[in-house]
Amino acid sequence: MKVAITSTGNNLESKLDLRFGRCGYFIIYDTETKGMEFIPNPNKDATEGAGPASVQLVASKGAKKVVSGEFGFKVKSIFDSLQIQLIVLKDNEKKISDIIELLNHENLN
Amino acid sequence: MFTIFVLNICSLFMSPRPSRLRKISNPPVISGFRPYGNKNIKGKVEAVFLHFEEYEALRLCDYEMLNHHQASVLMNVSRPTLTRIYARARQKIAEALVKGSQISIEGGKIYFDSEWFLCSSCGCYFNNPEKQVEIKECPLCKSTSFSVYAENNNNEEEEEEEEEEE
Ligand SMILES: [Zn+2]
Repeated sequence: MKVAITSTGNNLESKLDLRFGRCGYFIIYDTETKGMEFIPNPNKDATEGAGPASVQLVASKGAKKVVSGEFGFKVKSIFDSLQIQLIVLKDNEKKISDIIELLNHENLN
Repeated sequence: MFTIFVLNICSLFMSPRPSRLRKISNPPVISGFRPYGNKNIKGKVEAVFLHFEEYEALRLCDYEMLNHHQASVLMNVSRPTLTRIYARARQKIAEALVKGSQISIEGGKIYFDSEWFLCSSCGCYFNNPEKQVEIKECPLCKSTSFSVYAENNNNEEEEEEEEEEE
């Protein structure tokens, strides 16, 4: 399964970007292959429509979950209609590597 | 000004706990209103922040013309709570009209159609966009210790308010 994570920078030591639509980078992580892709956010400096444009980008990469610090109302409703799950972390000290580690946890059941 | 300040302080003491999330069906189509022609006002007038839940209460009661009971059911709050939210909405709008303030619609303790869960293991919040599928684990850390954020939060406050009314 592919998971999108909003990041402030383009490496694993970068921290989670709490903004969704105007984050620095999107990281698309594949939990099966462990492969990842860093995509600079083209909507970073957009004055309008950054949220919906970013949703399109994330959805076009096949992500089924998105990790970020907050989601606007428009964004939330588009993600809902696409059945993409939202994960909110209110922690701007979390590194991308920490989040990937969480995603790689073995099932505890 | 002074009265409002005092009211705010009172409400701080009166509800120390986080209150329950309110359900609203759709976000408003605009972010707010700007006044115009305020020639007699000197300096900058502070904006009034109308919370989404207040907007929704106003929409249901004064636009959809529902009664407070019907609106409270739709917003998933008790009737006294709905009445309180609605009163606050009207007070804020009146304040904006009288003072010539901009109205910003934002914030508040609300959630939209799908519910939120809180994982006690990694601390993340997550929703369930596929409502027919039951959530079994945290989508981030796979822990099974999570709770429904919107429901379990505060039943005490609701009870307290029911009592207040009597
Ligand atoms: Zn978790």
